[in-house]
Amino acid sequence: MQSVKSPEMHKPGLSRRDFIKKTLKLGTGLTLAVSLPSVSESFSGEAFSSASAAESSINAFLSIGLDSSVKVIIKHIDFGQGTFTGLATILAEELDAAWDQVVCESAPSDTNRYANLFFGAQMTGGSTAIANSYTQMREAGASARHMLIDAAAAKWELPREQITVKQGILSHPNGLTATFGELSQLAALQPVPGEVTLKDTSNFSLIGKTNLSRKDLGKSDGTAIFTQDFKMKGLLTALVAHPPRFGAKVASFDGERALGLHGVREIIEIPSGVAVLADSFWSAKNGRDALDIEWDTSWAMEEGSVELMRRYKEAAKEEGTIAKAIGDNSTGFSEAKVVLEAEYEFPFLAHASMEPMNCVAQFSSEGIEMWYGCQGPTMDQYAVANALDIRPDQVKINTLFAGGSFGRRANKDSDFVLEAALIAKKTKSDSPIKLVWTREDDMRSGYFRPMYFHKMRAGLNGEGRIVAWEHKIVGQSIITGTAFEAKAFKNGVDSSSVEGAVELPYDFENASVQLKTMKSQVPVLWWRSVGSSHTAHAVETFMDQLSLEAGLDPLEFRLMHLGGDPRFAEVLNLVADKADWNNDRSDGRIKGIAVHKSFGTYVAQVADMEETEAGKYRVRKVVCAVDCGLVINPDIVQAQMEGASAMACLQL
Amino acid sequence: MAFNLTVNGQSHKVEASPDTPLLWVLRDHIQLTGTKFGCGIAQCGACTVHLDGKPVRSCVMPLQAIAGMEVVTIEGLQSSEGKAVQTAWEELAVAQCGYCQSGQIMAAAALLADNGEPGDDDIDAAMSGNICRCCTYQRVRNGIKAASKNMHSTLAKSDAIS
Repeated sequence: MQSVKSPEMHKPGLSRRDFIKKTLKLGTGLTLAVSLPSVSESFSGEAFSSASAAESSINAFLSIGLDSSVKVIIKHIDFGQGTFTGLATILAEELDAAWDQVVCESAPSDTNRYANLFFGAQMTGGSTAIANSYTQMREAGASARHMLIDAAAAKWELPREQITVKQGILSHPNGLTATFGELSQLAALQPVPGEVTLKDTSNFSLIGKTNLSRKDLGKSDGTAIFTQDFKMKGLLTALVAHPPRFGAKVASFDGERALGLHGVREIIEIPSGVAVLADSFWSAKNGRDALDIEWDTSWAMEEGSVELMRRYKEAAKEEGTIAKAIGDNSTGFSEAKVVLEAEYEFPFLAHASMEPMNCVAQFSSEGIEMWYGCQGPTMDQYAVANALDIRPDQVKINTLFAGGSFGRRANKDSDFVLEAALIAKKTKSDSPIKLVWTREDDMRSGYFRPMYFHKMRAGLNGEGRIVAWEHKIVGQSIITGTAFEAKAFKNGVDSSSVEGAVELPYDFENASVQLKTMKSQVPVLWWRSVGSSHTAHAVETFMDQLSLEAGLDPLEFRLMHLGGDPRFAEVLNLVADKADWNNDRSDGRIKGIAVHKSFGTYVAQVADMEETEAGKYRVRKVVCAVDCGLVINPDIVQAQMEGASAMACLQL
Repeated sequence: MAFNLTVNGQSHKVEASPDTPLLWVLRDHIQLTGTKFGCGIAQCGACTVHLDGKPVRSCVMPLQAIAGMEVVTIEGLQSSEGKAVQTAWEELAVAQCGYCQSGQIMAAAALLADNGEPGDDDIDAAMSGNICRCCTYQRVRNGIKAASKNMHSTLAKSDAIS
């Protein structure tokens, strides 16, 4: 007969009474808490997390149910980029779980446990979700695996070294086996190992696998719950009438007519406009349409895009702030045989995610609880706390799937989140509210990728080599006035305005990059790939024009200018090979090549196009070579590249 | 005002103003949230449902115009084409954010019901009103082709058995 070691023997700090209490509280299984020194220095050493875990500083990335379900807690929002599947893969790999037993759940707002390790705040962005979590999730899985083995060793009274784990089953050569579920309670009482041995990467069986099912479930049958779908008893829908121009404010309004409509409950003025609360979306929309608002436009923006661009072009004639300077361009230009100039204009771009902005909020004397596609829990918590005059820990955020973001939901001003919070606090009813932006709100109220003007000049010598490179960028700063300013705004340069232009694949002897930071009332924000969304286009298009002038093949021209990093040449050569770059230019087809590095990933592409009618082109095919380091899920990387390539074509 | 309509085979009596779009009847009155709000002006296709078997944009379909008609939403998609599309969507992992996919699937199922072997041009014509900001278009197209292929192999199999 096997005996089970008492919890006291393993955990002197945890009494049997505590154990029973906590076990009863949990009911369906236990949470394995994982201590990660890299995150939490204040780890208490208690190998147990329960319903009250939020009160301790223990990090929990998984719980194991009595039914052997492995629930992985995902600290990064999934809006299609695959964090559920990717992060669960990493943890399950080290845990040696069977993929079928893995389910995912969004982490609650808790900066101590779920901070992005690159940012120190809980936030998804900057292509960091996998990179910052990789070791953390591996350690979480390995630590849990260690504790499961300890539990089996205790149960079977056999040495832990003889016990193996495979596909969610622990076994011993003598024939004993146990599931995770059978061991979950005992495992939770084992000491958390101080150090864990991670797998040799050559032994990975889930990481890098191609046909893993996705874990962001319910997207083919309508059951996935987005904010727009979130239901609560008594939930009221809130629509906000926003100013017609940036900078305008409410002067006065008459809500009588709106209040008389069926289903309209309340009208509330907030700093960003006038909110109508109603029983349903349609009543709220009719109510909003019936509002009679007078706007104070005395501080409203006067310029349009045309006037702004004219101002940017004028500014480009002046000297900018130096973002990068190498060698001496004046010498370079004087030695040049040919000097080429180019200008590129980039418009404001809307993120235009399929799900317009929305947020559910309920205010009470305890604080506020919110449900939405939250990309930056920490900064939203602080912004809401500040606006409502409560503490950040009184702002509880539950993250739901979001119907796209592309940067929009990590808003530096927490704009739509604050609207929801203020309405929830101001409403006279006790009801939770669901703020819904219409598509028109989404397109008109911001935020946008800034408009930019690029002015470029380069000199070629007799061999077709670039001997001088001058790049001037004119546009609004995204970072100014945000929490990121101290880190990303240095020596008068917003790094997000010039990224992709200052660290080039090319080794130029003389080069300068200048920035003219402009001001306007248009609210701007990071947008997919941020700086590279304009700098890569300008640099690579200019490189093409220069190669044409030099009479050299665009691929060869790039290769001859590359610096010391071999990964650029690797992706260029790979894409050229796969796209049959040197052949197949028959039947009027046009090919273009480009290379760029953004957020640590190297990408080269060949676009295969045809001119359908004079001056009109159709992209037939894009071939893409990607080096993003270790690939967790090749199919998700492929899906991201497919989508991003098509999205990029739409923005030209 | 009260209106009668059938949604996914179930009859409902809805109290709402006659101009209420079907989308909001489904979402706010019948509590079926699989059909999505994307634009409200029939420009994105996220709200696509079947009305008497035809794909329509529910966001611009007033309740008074559809009283007595049969509505099928993503929750009630039971046709062989619909099932084939959903299976293909899972196998090819078409969805990214997934918000538009109910509409994509409803449009794709309607296309296959009409044309069992659509070519690229047929797919483009039938699906051009369904926008995907994640740009899953390539997989949407491949998914429709895979569903078509699976439907035909299933048909061939059942023919062989009979």
